[in-house]
Amino acid sequence: MNGMIHMTLNGLTVSVEAGMTILEAARFFGFPIPTLCHMEGLSPYGACRLCVVEIGEAPRSKLVSSCSYPVEEGLVVRTASARVLRARKMVLELLLASCPQSKVIQDLASEHDIRQQRFRQEHEDCILCGLCVRMCEEQMMAKAIGFRGRGEKRSIGTPFDVHSEECRLCGGCMYVCPACQLRCTYTEPDKAICGGCANISPPCVEKDPYDDMMCYMAPCVACEIKKD
Amino acid sequence: MAPPLDSLEVFKTFQQRLAKGRKADHRTIVVSAGACGLASGAQKLIEALQAEMHDEDTAAQVAMRVTGCHGFCELEPSLLVEPEGTFYPRVAVKQVGRLVKAVACGEVVTDLLWTDPDTGKPVARMEDLPFYRKQLRKIMGRNEKIDPVRVESYIENGGYAALVKVVEKGNPDWVVEEVVRSGLRGRGGAGFPTGVKWRLLAKRPGREHKFLVCNADEGDPGAYMDRSILEGNPHCILEGMLIGAYATGATQGILYIRNEYPLAIAHVRTALEQAYEQGLLGNHILGTEFCFDIQIVQGAGAFVCGEETALIRSIEGKMGEPRQRPPFPIQQGIHGEPTCINNVETWANIPLIMLEGAENYAGTGTSGSAGTKVFSLVGKIKNTGLVEVPMGITIREIVYDIGGGAVDGASVKAVQTGGPSGGCIPVSRFDLPIDYDSLAKAGSIMGSGGMIVMDNHTCIVDVAKYFMGFLKDESCGKCYTCRKGTQRMYEILEDITEGRGRKEQLELLEELALVVKDTTMCGLGQTAANPVLSTLRYFREEYLEHIGNGRCPAGVCKALITYSINENCTGCGVCASNCPTEAIAGKRKERHSIDASKCIKCGNCRSACKFNAVEVV
Repeated sequence: MNGMIHMTLNGLTVSVEAGMTILEAARFFGFPIPTLCHMEGLSPYGACRLCVVEIGEAPRSKLVSSCSYPVEEGLVVRTASARVLRARKMVLELLLASCPQSKVIQDLASEHDIRQQRFRQEHEDCILCGLCVRMCEEQMMAKAIGFRGRGEKRSIGTPFDVHSEECRLCGGCMYVCPACQLRCTYTEPDKAICGGCANISPPCVEKDPYDDMMCYMAPCVACEIKKD
Repeated sequence: MAPPLDSLEVFKTFQQRLAKGRKADHRTIVVSAGACGLASGAQKLIEALQAEMHDEDTAAQVAMRVTGCHGFCELEPSLLVEPEGTFYPRVAVKQVGRLVKAVACGEVVTDLLWTDPDTGKPVARMEDLPFYRKQLRKIMGRNEKIDPVRVESYIENGGYAALVKVVEKGNPDWVVEEVVRSGLRGRGGAGFPTGVKWRLLAKRPGREHKFLVCNADEGDPGAYMDRSILEGNPHCILEGMLIGAYATGATQGILYIRNEYPLAIAHVRTALEQAYEQGLLGNHILGTEFCFDIQIVQGAGAFVCGEETALIRSIEGKMGEPRQRPPFPIQQGIHGEPTCINNVETWANIPLIMLEGAENYAGTGTSGSAGTKVFSLVGKIKNTGLVEVPMGITIREIVYDIGGGAVDGASVKAVQTGGPSGGCIPVSRFDLPIDYDSLAKAGSIMGSGGMIVMDNHTCIVDVAKYFMGFLKDESCGKCYTCRKGTQRMYEILEDITEGRGRKEQLELLEELALVVKDTTMCGLGQTAANPVLSTLRYFREEYLEHIGNGRCPAGVCKALITYSINENCTGCGVCASNCPTEAIAGKRKERHSIDASKCIKCGNCRSACKFNAVEVV
């Protein structure tokens, strides 16, 4: 890219490469920012809002998702201001209220000291972070799944809900999913997959008899639990 | 039929010829036939008028013109007689015969005129009606002069003269600076200075194209001013875009119209065909080197596609979902090319600015917000309709002087501006001048111009719930805080309206609302909390009444109210015969009573009772 950019990161004046995102810059300098829908190697999406940081000077400062916001000359960034932490805690509380089974979300919530959950408990599985969609499109070059609908009715699946010929049963979608890892219990096929990937046949339930060799998720959390 | 207008001279001669041909004393009956007019029966009226004017004698004396909406929706279908400007409201087909005869003789039918409820006297001229008196109808006023499906009609009324002026001047930079000087700000809601946006676009080189987009994805509930401009005067949008293209060097124009506006799409399509035929669009416009194309893209009905980055994705054929800005559309828009998106009303203002000059234009309105703004005044108000007012007018003037106040002796409680992501402004703040900055300070937004009036029978919590329900369905669902946040806010509001609300939920609601506002990516999400935040700011008491005392002061929330019959009851039995669940009993000519266990709180009895005997507690 074209040269270096100077910015203020948590009070430090730093110079970073143009074209980086705030998240990359912050992590480069050792400032931790939690993420959920971000993964190296996949394009930034900005859906989970966990990685928000505060940019600009008060009173005109605002929160932006650091995974998708490019660094700019003279940008002032705070990665852990009170406003940021308050927002992150609320995001995690919302996540925990809707998807309590996910180990990833549980760990994040515990790290952020979430001690209460004030919303009505739900048991949704998919948080629509879109990691599987991007994995399928950008790394596996398959584009077998995508988002449909909007608002409450938004979901992920194959076109017209039929088995996609584009799907090579690679399991990449399940591998990156932060919500469904614990739910792939391979000996009970009908319970094997979470709501988010319901239309993708996972390799371990497709094969009969179940052939462990077909599963690329090494080690598959579900299989590991089953062994114990 | 107009000749191909292949040079500026030909255009001017043609325009002069049209203007000369106009007979000043010839009477014309103008029919308001926008989508709202047609819905209230304007088509039947048109047919009746045609039949009435069939004979040659009448046809020689009276002409008819079918135009777009005149703005006074409450009194549709309405007729206007030119040149006197006599206004006939709610015309019935059986009155047409009398009317045409009178018009042919130059007479006024007094008993069909609008009667002022305050004085009891009939008012003849349109501009003397209180509804129109305080308006400044620079944009809407052209609707009644122009037949939207005939380009000649637009040219005759000074159309495309602004384009000719600009092309003759031959200086694109001057055009951009003129728009900057005019102080015009985007009418879509955010209020970004249009000229500044154009300047940015003009400076950016495109790889192959530069795009101009007209955003006609008007989705706010209760807002329809863009529709009436598109239906009533489509050529002014094309002219605005042509001037924009000339100023910024854009080569491609796109009109993004929502599919729910079939008449608007039809009229714009006709206008485009005519403009291409006449040489006003395409290559070598008016015989010059200037080239510009416009095409229509129909939106598929997602509210979020009014957000510019989602709109761009929708135009590209992808799913309408916003993305991170920067890069802004001006930097990377449609197919990665520089793109400038303006609202319908913004484009409609451009020819005006060019014709009357930036200084004159800036003379209307306030220093920070120049020009006029069209609002759709709807809800619990006497005169519903489209009102165009200079910026800086107070809400009080709009609601009481133009709108005529509340209906049926109720009192106005608040107005909701800016659509679902706007906010409620209580009656105590009605002296607020309407401009971008004052509304933002009061916790609402200008938005695209929806103005919903609420009276004392409207429950504020219920209103917040309605808007939150809309937003939860229309959020694209990408940002977790917007998708889940609106769902959770709706859930809490539902709890409160159904009597399950707890005090700590109110704190949670406020906390959540602030986080949703803070953390969401696009404008829809950032303003999605406004219905909650603004009502909590001004009507917290009403929330507390629901939670603490289990009462709905407006008598709306079914779980919190009971119906009863008071001593006004004459025992007529109308309520009982209207009750779907047979919950009302009583002897004839004696006071009736309601069995609360059977009552489903539908309110039929209350609206049926002529003696105000049914009470809600």
